[in-house]
Amino acid sequence: MSHLKNLTLKVWRQSGPKDAGRFETHQVAEISDEASFLELLDVLNEQLISDNKEAVVFDHDCREGICGTCSLMINGVAHGPQRATTTCQLHMRSFKSNDTIVVEPWRAAAFPIIKDLMVDRSPLDRIIEAGGYITAVTGGAPDGNLIAVPKPVSDAAMDSAQCIGCGACVAACPNGAASLFTGAKIAHLNRLPQGQPERYKRAEAMVETMDEHFGSCTNHGECSAACPKEISIDVIALMNKDYRASKFKSRKEISRD
Amino acid sequence: MPEPVAATSILTSMVTSPTVNSEALRRAPATGTALQARKKRPFLLDLYSTSVGKKYVMAISGIAMMGFVLFHMIGNLKMYLGAEALDHYAEFLQMLLYPILPKNVMLWILRGGLVSMLLLHLHAAWSLTMLNRHARPVKYQGARDYQVAKFASRTMRWTGIIVLAYLVWHLLDFTFGTVNAVGTDSTFVRGEVYNNVVRSLDRPVVAAFYVIANILLGIHLFHGAWSIFQSLGWNNPRFNNWRRGFATAFATIIVVGNVSFPIAVIAGIVQ
Repeated sequence: MSHLKNLTLKVWRQSGPKDAGRFETHQVAEISDEASFLELLDVLNEQLISDNKEAVVFDHDCREGICGTCSLMINGVAHGPQRATTTCQLHMRSFKSNDTIVVEPWRAAAFPIIKDLMVDRSPLDRIIEAGGYITAVTGGAPDGNLIAVPKPVSDAAMDSAQCIGCGACVAACPNGAASLFTGAKIAHLNRLPQGQPERYKRAEAMVETMDEHFGSCTNHGECSAACPKEISIDVIALMNKDYRASKFKSRKEISRD
Repeated sequence: MPEPVAATSILTSMVTSPTVNSEALRRAPATGTALQARKKRPFLLDLYSTSVGKKYVMAISGIAMMGFVLFHMIGNLKMYLGAEALDHYAEFLQMLLYPILPKNVMLWILRGGLVSMLLLHLHAAWSLTMLNRHARPVKYQGARDYQVAKFASRTMRWTGIIVLAYLVWHLLDFTFGTVNAVGTDSTFVRGEVYNNVVRSLDRPVVAAFYVIANILLGIHLFHGAWSIFQSLGWNNPRFNNWRRGFATAFATIIVVGNVSFPIAVIAGIVQ
């Protein structure tokens, strides 16, 4: 174990949604290279509190890369320099002594800043509410494997189901689009037999809800590069295909008017 | 099935902390599972009203214009066969489907289609750009470090606008003849396609503009011709590897063909 010394942190501070905000520069004298990036912020906050200053507000929860709560634009990259990694799983060994690290919140009209580095990602919930569910029979537990799902299909669906809804795709997208998120949710359910009854209704409703909040896809691929779960832009193509198919379906058949 | 709602609802409960100015937040309305009824529109307008629908329009109009650009380049290769071959080809275009249709009618139908494709492409580009601007009104204040976005994809708007300006010049040059002979002693003659080409491209500045504009067109096509597949939902592991190759090859063929014309005139190969 070694230590990094003399880190300069440029952290975004903003007192509330309406405040203009600004970068604030702080020094962290020493930190273990085994510390996570969030632990760096914890150390910074300890310092600030002991200096009688307000701590930096940031989102975090599980700190094991599965909940999708942490965020942060680190040196202009969503979730920092390491691919396929959430900020909480990013470790200080990815940086060097004397580095200057710029930390900014996600920026999108749909993600207003609550305070400092914390943003409100509830428009992603609105997209889920529009169609990110299936209708299932409740009651006694069904037998396992009652519905046959070919292994490659289940694998493809699970690849998209890995999405933790962190919003890095929106943050990384030069257009502030949520196509990768929406595509992942659509692909997850539309590829499985359980998702078929609402397949086209789902594609239509989720895309149209997405449009109320987010930008459009121009196929840069930044979303996929930023995604901690490495979800492929293939899901966006599937979303586009199912959206087109939904528009050509009989309205009665998909119970939409 | 994971519950992505759970993570953010924790966040929502945190918003009520007294130090946070929560009432000032512009929150999205909680809709539950009840969807707001959308305005009813005729089928095609309904499709066009969403970003995904507009991308379909971008892609389809793009394909139409790619077809035009390809055949335009192939047709222009006739100039290497001499003045008679090129002028005869121009004459042939006016006689398309003659005598089923009167002279020029098919040409005007094609032109009408192209103009409408161009207008649709421009309108979709404009409205998507506006949508995207509104989606991130406050830019990142620190420098962005793009991971995979290519120069071509990030400059689509600029290459597109410059190619549009070039298109206007190109029409004024060879269709209307307004700028064809500026800076030369001779004048534009309608129908003498070969002479008009040589007269215009013999001006080094104009030739350079044609070369640059066509390279930018190539950059536009390099991203556009690939992007089409994604926008139209044509994604299949069987041919996904070919999509980039197709776009690269198409852009290269167009650029090499089109750039060769001004260079051939300046070099005296075509005179």
